[in-house]
Amino acid sequence: MSAYEISVISVIGINVILAVSLNMISGFCGQISLGHGAFYGAGAYAAALAMIGAGSVPLALLAAAIVGSVLGIVVGFTSLRVRSDFLAVTTIGVNFLFTGFVRKQHWLGGEMGISGIPGSGLGANGNMLMILLFAAVTVALSLYVNHSWMGFAFRAVGEDEDAAATLGINSAAYKLAAFAIGTALAGLAGGLYAFFTQFITPDAFDFILSVMLMAMVVIGGIGSTWGVVTAAIGVTLLPEAIRFVSNYRLLVFGGLLLLVIRLAPGGIAALIRSVAGSAREP
Amino acid sequence: MSSAQLLRSEAVYYVDLAVTGITFGCMYAMMAVGLALVYGLLRILHIAHAAVFALGAYVTVLVANATGSVALGFVAAILVTPLFGMTIYRLLYEPLLKYRPDVPMIASVGLLVLMQDAFRIGFGEQGVTFHRDVYDLMTVDLLGVTVNAVQIAIVIAAAVIFLGLHLFTTRTRIGVAWRATVSRPKIAASFGVDPIQVRYLNFALGSALAAIAGGLVALLNNLVDPSIGYVVSYKALAIIVLGGLGSVRGTLIASLVLGLVEAYGTIFIGQWLDRDAIAFLALIALLMVRPQGFTGVRTA
Repeated sequence: MSAYEISVISVIGINVILAVSLNMISGFCGQISLGHGAFYGAGAYAAALAMIGAGSVPLALLAAAIVGSVLGIVVGFTSLRVRSDFLAVTTIGVNFLFTGFVRKQHWLGGEMGISGIPGSGLGANGNMLMILLFAAVTVALSLYVNHSWMGFAFRAVGEDEDAAATLGINSAAYKLAAFAIGTALAGLAGGLYAFFTQFITPDAFDFILSVMLMAMVVIGGIGSTWGVVTAAIGVTLLPEAIRFVSNYRLLVFGGLLLLVIRLAPGGIAALIRSVAGSAREP
Repeated sequence: MSSAQLLRSEAVYYVDLAVTGITFGCMYAMMAVGLALVYGLLRILHIAHAAVFALGAYVTVLVANATGSVALGFVAAILVTPLFGMTIYRLLYEPLLKYRPDVPMIASVGLLVLMQDAFRIGFGEQGVTFHRDVYDLMTVDLLGVTVNAVQIAIVIAAAVIFLGLHLFTTRTRIGVAWRATVSRPKIAASFGVDPIQVRYLNFALGSALAAIAGGLVALLNNLVDPSIGYVVSYKALAIIVLGGLGSVRGTLIASLVLGLVEAYGTIFIGQWLDRDAIAFLALIALLMVRPQGFTGVRTA
């Protein structure tokens, strides 16, 4: 494989982890988060600092997941206070707060970010395999959670909190659990990204990224793990595929995003369901 | 410098900050009110409102340069943007209303990305400035505080617009019908109000106000570039949330509060957080205290 292919596949793996983990929070549990980039970034910075300080890859990835998750639980507490669109805008705020904070911190490299992060020692190929391994684990975890009691409770909370309460489901605990798991995975993705690029800046974790991740979830079909995986791969490849229109990339990208949502508002999952449904009819 | 002089210059400095804060607040208010109106009626976070704002700014500067009159620029912007806003509603939002609110919101983001790139391709990365004969910066000295003429125009425009909106919604039949539709759509419809017409009116009015704000920001910076709507759009989301989603009065209060918090915040905590982060920190803190915003009723 060429270096270009390896890097594209690595980015796809990272985006799959991010989109699937966001889907656990926003899809399964119905807590709209537009600040997933903040947890991803927190993980990346934690891994970078841990790697520079301790030089251990597992420790760095663990630190990434823990820092992402701790921040996630803190934000999760706000979801107990504000709901739906209020929560969406609060999480946008968390993202701006994260990038705005990091930009002004000298010990985090400020605008220039952190460069010269020690490599994982696995090489580009090994890194890619590590990322794909974690992506596979994330997808498996998402599928498992979806079929477990926890997944049922998440959906109950997402659909109707009051009804969930009548079933004896403690919605606060499940919301926090969704944030804790989803943001730990986002933090982990950040750690993998730090090893992948060995150079991180605040701009890599901005609000636009969070919106792109939410776009993957919506295009995939909110709540559908396989739909979201497909969308994550597609949305990551799209800008690469339309390289030939280089000067018009964003124009085409925005237009396609618009068209896909307009034509298939239920996402890929709903599209496949309706195709499968009509095929079954005689 | 004597201590009295020092005290005076210090006071002037703080008043300066207040002027900046109020100007920005008024600008945010004009920008955000359209967003609040759309949210109040349709529960959609209309992020592409930033594209409407940018379109208003571009039309203002281009027409002003072509005709030599800033006033004509504003007139053109006020005529063009409502058509654009209503088209967005008809083609984009109306077919998506029955889906989860994140669906029209992501579509809205797609439109914003597309429009921003279209502006870049059409009018260049560097943006457009007013011709020198059109644009004549004036400053006014008020008791030692230097005020830019455009700043005064922004404050006056915001005052006129919000007073006008208040009178429109309380004193005219259309305005009352509109308010009725926002608060009780079914009952309003049973009294013969056409809810679809109210929606078009909503987009037309909100877009025209965004265009005025866009034109004024263009004048203030003497620059319209593709990213003009970017940060304002997300800050406007914060404002409508803080104002109690859908409330015009709350939007005005929240805009002024945010403008002032930003102006003073950059002085006091600017070394730890940038301007946008300060705005959102204030938003989150206030939301934790008042989860339903300043004036709103709990909607969720």
